[in-house]
Amino acid sequence: MSPNVTSTADFLLELRCEEIPARMQAGARADLEKLFRKELDAAGLKPGAITVWSTPRRLALIAKGLPLATEAVREEAKGPRTSAPEQALEGFLRKTGLTKDQLTERDGVWFAVTEKPGRATADVLAEAIPAIVRAFPWPKSQRWGAASLATDSLRWVRPLSGIVAILGEDLVELEVGGIRSGYATLGHRFHHAGEITIGSAHDYAEKLRACHVIVDHVEREGIVRTKAKAAAEAAGLVLVEDEGLVIENAGLTEWPQPLLGRFDEAFLAVPPEVIQLTARINQKYFICRDGAGNLANAFVCTANIEAKDHGVAIVDGNRKVLAARLSDARFFWEQDKKKPLALQAEKLARITFHEKLGTVGQRQDRFIGLADAFQGQLADSVPAAKQAAAILKADLVTEMVGEFPELQGLMGGYYAAAEGLPGAVAAAVRDHYKPAGQSDALPTEGAAILTALIDKIDALVGFFGADLKPTGSKDPFALRRAALGVIRLVTENELRLSLGQLFDAAAQLYRAQGIAVENASAELLAFFADRLKVQQREAGVRHDLIDAVFAVKDAKGGGEDDLVRLLARVHALQAFVTTEDGTNLLAGYKRAANILKKEGAHDQTAGAHGEGTVPPTGEEDPLVLVDDPALKGVAAQFSHPERTLSYQPEPAEQALIDALDTAEPRAEAAIAVEDFTAAMAALASLRAPIDSFFDQVTVNDADANKRASRLGMLGRFRAAVHKVADFSRIEG
Amino acid sequence: MADTAQKPMSLQDMILRLHAFWSAEGCLILQPYDMRMGAGTFHPATTLRALGPEPWNAAFVQPCRRPTDGRYGENPNRLQHYYQYQVILKPSPANLQELYLKSLMAIGIDPLVHDLRFVEDDWESPTLGAWGLGWEVWCDGMEVTQFTYFQQMGGFDCKPVAGELTYGLERLAMYIQGVDNVYDLAFNNHGVTYGDVFLENERQMSKWNFEVADTDSLFEGFRRAEEECRRSLDAGVPIAAYEQAIEASHLFNLLQARGVISVQERASYMGRVRDLARGSCEAYMDKFKDDWAAKYPGWSA
Repeated sequence: MSPNVTSTADFLLELRCEEIPARMQAGARADLEKLFRKELDAAGLKPGAITVWSTPRRLALIAKGLPLATEAVREEAKGPRTSAPEQALEGFLRKTGLTKDQLTERDGVWFAVTEKPGRATADVLAEAIPAIVRAFPWPKSQRWGAASLATDSLRWVRPLSGIVAILGEDLVELEVGGIRSGYATLGHRFHHAGEITIGSAHDYAEKLRACHVIVDHVEREGIVRTKAKAAAEAAGLVLVEDEGLVIENAGLTEWPQPLLGRFDEAFLAVPPEVIQLTARINQKYFICRDGAGNLANAFVCTANIEAKDHGVAIVDGNRKVLAARLSDARFFWEQDKKKPLALQAEKLARITFHEKLGTVGQRQDRFIGLADAFQGQLADSVPAAKQAAAILKADLVTEMVGEFPELQGLMGGYYAAAEGLPGAVAAAVRDHYKPAGQSDALPTEGAAILTALIDKIDALVGFFGADLKPTGSKDPFALRRAALGVIRLVTENELRLSLGQLFDAAAQLYRAQGIAVENASAELLAFFADRLKVQQREAGVRHDLIDAVFAVKDAKGGGEDDLVRLLARVHALQAFVTTEDGTNLLAGYKRAANILKKEGAHDQTAGAHGEGTVPPTGEEDPLVLVDDPALKGVAAQFSHPERTLSYQPEPAEQALIDALDTAEPRAEAAIAVEDFTAAMAALASLRAPIDSFFDQVTVNDADANKRASRLGMLGRFRAAVHKVADFSRIEG
Repeated sequence: MADTAQKPMSLQDMILRLHAFWSAEGCLILQPYDMRMGAGTFHPATTLRALGPEPWNAAFVQPCRRPTDGRYGENPNRLQHYYQYQVILKPSPANLQELYLKSLMAIGIDPLVHDLRFVEDDWESPTLGAWGLGWEVWCDGMEVTQFTYFQQMGGFDCKPVAGELTYGLERLAMYIQGVDNVYDLAFNNHGVTYGDVFLENERQMSKWNFEVADTDSLFEGFRRAEEECRRSLDAGVPIAAYEQAIEASHLFNLLQARGVISVQERASYMGRVRDLARGSCEAYMDKFKDDWAAKYPGWSA
C-alpha cells in the first residue's frame, strides 16, 4: 500500500478470549480506547470517531476515518559553525550519528537534516496492537497453554484466542503470543458452529448478529432492561429495577434472554430483603413486586440462549437453585428466631471489637451508659434506646447475618420484632447503622436516632482515643462516614447537644471498663469541622465561614460544639458577608487587625493558627501576651477601655465610640437568644463609623495618649466582631 | 434433566461416560487416592503433577471429606463425604472449554436447552500455596464445575499452566436425574439409591466427626504427621512427605469439626499445614528440577 495521506479507512479490531469477568468489561473498554489513542497519537495519526464494544468473549474497537499513512516529518538539528574547531563537529556527528558528508551547510553553520518518511498505517497498527495487548492493564491476568512453559509468556484476563484486525478491507497482519490476526471470528458459543469471516468494520456487528451475538453492550443492556420489565409485566408484576444487575447480566451474555420464573410462595415468610439479596448476589436474578408493592414469588433470570423449549428447562433449573438457597435462608431464619436476642448477645463477650478496644459485648455495655448522656430533646426515647442498646449487636452472631453480613441491623430488627419487643426498640436495633452515606435515609424514631448516634460516637471516641485515626486515603474503621452520620443525625433533626460533652462521657465509659482511651475531644471536633466543611460544600456553604464560627468560644472558653447553633450562625454570616455592608465591614476589620498587628498588639489569632489549636476569638484579654514596657499604656487602654477620653475626640472618633456602645450590647443580646441575623445587623451598624474613622482619624498620632486610645478603639471593634465570628478566618 | 427418552443416567453411568470421554481425549484414568482429603486438588496427581514442565493428562474420581459439612444425613444437599470428578490437563489445551462442554453433552446436557455459563470465580488454596483464575460453570444457575487455570502451586509458578476441571458429581447427577434430595439419586439403574449406599454412613460419620472422635488422638496424630513429614523431607522422599501433609490437613479439619481449635489457633494450624504442603512441593521440585531443565530448554523452576 503506498502512503497516501489524503485517503482514509475504517479500522476494526477484535480481541477474542475466554469469558471476561462481567465486572471488568467497562474498565477494559476504557483501557482499550485509551491505549489505542495513545499509540495513534505517538504515530501522529488522527482518527475519527472511535467505538469500543465488549461481550463476555470479545473486546472490539472500530476507529473511523483513519488516514492510510502517517505524514512525512522533516527534522533539522543545528550544529556548530563551519569555522568551529574539529572537536565541536566530531561531537555533533556523534550526537546525530551521521557522517560529515550527510550534513547540510547553511550560512556557515552545519545542520543535520533527517527526513522521516510517512509510514503505512497498517504497519503502525501491526506494531501498535501487539504493544497494546502486552501492556493491557487487566486487574488480574493469567498465563496459559504450552507457551506458559516460559515465565514471560503473554498474559491476558483469560486465554486470548483470536485477533481480527482489518483496515478498510485489508488484513493488518500481526502476531502476539503466537496468535496471528485474521478475518475469522466465532459467533455464539452454542447457536453458531464454525468460523465467521468478517469483511470490514462495516459488516462486523451485523455478521455477528446473524450468528446470535449482539456485540454492542449498550444494546444488550437495553434488551435486559426492557425484556426483564416486560416479563414481569406479562405476569402482572412490577420489576424491581436494578442497573447493576442489568450491566452484570449484559456482561454475562452475548444473546440475553430474560425469563420469568416462580418460586414457592411459602418462602415469602422469610424477610423480603433476604430473598432479594439471595436472588441478586448469588444468582444475579431480578425480583418483582405485586400491585400492592409486596415482594412477589417471582424472579427474572437472564439466559444466554434461545432455548429449544422456550426456556422451560432453564426456568425450572433456576427455580430449583433458588429454592435450595431460600430453604437455607428459611432454615437460618427459623433457627435464629428460636433464641432471643438477649441470649445471642451473650456470645458477643467473646467477639473482639478491636484488640485495643475490648469486645463487642463491652461495647454494648458502654452503649447503655452513653444513652444516659442524652437529655433534652431525646430524653423520652432514652429508655427504649437503652433496651435496644443491650441487644444492638446481637444479630452479628445469628446464622443469617453470618451468611449475609450485609443484613446486619436489619435482621436484628426483624428478630426483635419477632420476639415481641416494642416497635421503637426493634426500630432502634434495625436502624442504628444508618445513615450509610450522604444520601442514605436517616432513622426517624427517637430511640433509633439515639442508637445511631451512640454506636458512632462510641467508635469515634474509641478509635481516636487509641490513636487509630484515619490518615490520607486510609480509613479502615470508616470513621469519616461515622462522623458524617453524626453530623447528619444532629443537624437534620435539629438536635441541640454538646458534642464535647458526649465525647467526654464516651471516653469515661471506656476508662470505667479499664480500656485506655486518651481524651481526643479537641481532635475530634477539628475532625468534625473538616467533615462538616465537606458535607456543607454541596449546600454551597463556605468552608472559611465554618472555620470562623468553629473558632468562637463561649464564656467558659469552650469551642462551639453545638452543630445546630453553629450552622445557624454560619448561615447568617454567609448572608451577611455577601452584602455590601458585610464586604465593607470585613475590609474595615482587616484594616483594623493589620494596624493592631503592626503596632505590636500581637495578633494571637494568627499565632494560634500555626499551632493548630482552636484560636482565641478576641473575647479574652487582647493584650495578655504583650510584655513590651513601651506598650504598657496601650495595653492598659486595651484591657480597660475607658469611655471618657483625656482629649477632645474628633467627630469620627466619637461616632465610632457611640456606635460600639450601641452595637456591643445589641450583638450580645442577639447572640444570647441565637438571633444571628440580628447580631449581624448590629455589626453592620459599625460599618459606616469604621469607614469614616479610617478616612478621618490618624491612628498613629504623634501624641502617645491619642494613639493608645485609638488603638484601644480598634481593639474594641475587633473584639466586638469576634463575638459573632472570627473574621480573620474569612477569605477575601 | 437428560434429554434422552430413556431413564435418566445413573450416578455410576455418569462417571463411566466421563471416564470414556476423557480416556478418548488421551487422559490417564486414575483411581481415587487412598487417603482422606478435603478436595480432589489434594490428590498428588493434581498437586505434585502440576509442578514442573512435563505434560500430564489425567482424570479420576476423588472421594472428599469435609467433616464440618456433615448434617447427620438430614440435609438434602450437604454431605461430609462426597465425590469430585477431577480432570487435569497440562499444559492447558487451547480447546479446553470446548472439551469440557463436550463432556457435559456426553452426560446428556444439551446446551441449547440448558443455559451454560462461565461465571468469574478465581480459586485459591492458601494451604497449598496455590491459586488460579477461572470460572464456576453454571448450568441453569447451578454451579456444576470449578474450572481453573492453575497459576501457582506450592508457591511455584506453574510452567506450563495446567487446566483443572472439578465436577461436583452428586450435584450434576441430581440435576440430570431431576431429584431434589441427594439420597434419592439413582446410583445404578437397578434400583439402588445414593441413600442406600451412603445414608447410614453420613449418620455415623457425622456423629463421629462432631461427637466421638478422640481429640487427644487427633492432636497427637497431627503432631506425628508433622514430624513424619519433616523426617521424610530429610530422607529425600517428598511424595511420602506430601502424604503426611494430606494427613495433617485432614486431622486439622476433624479438630475443627470437634470445635477444639479456637479462632486464634486456627490461623496457626493452617500455617503449619501450609508449611508441610509447601515444603513437600519444594522438595519435589528440587529433586527433579535439574533433569527438567536439561530436558525442557527454556524452562526454569
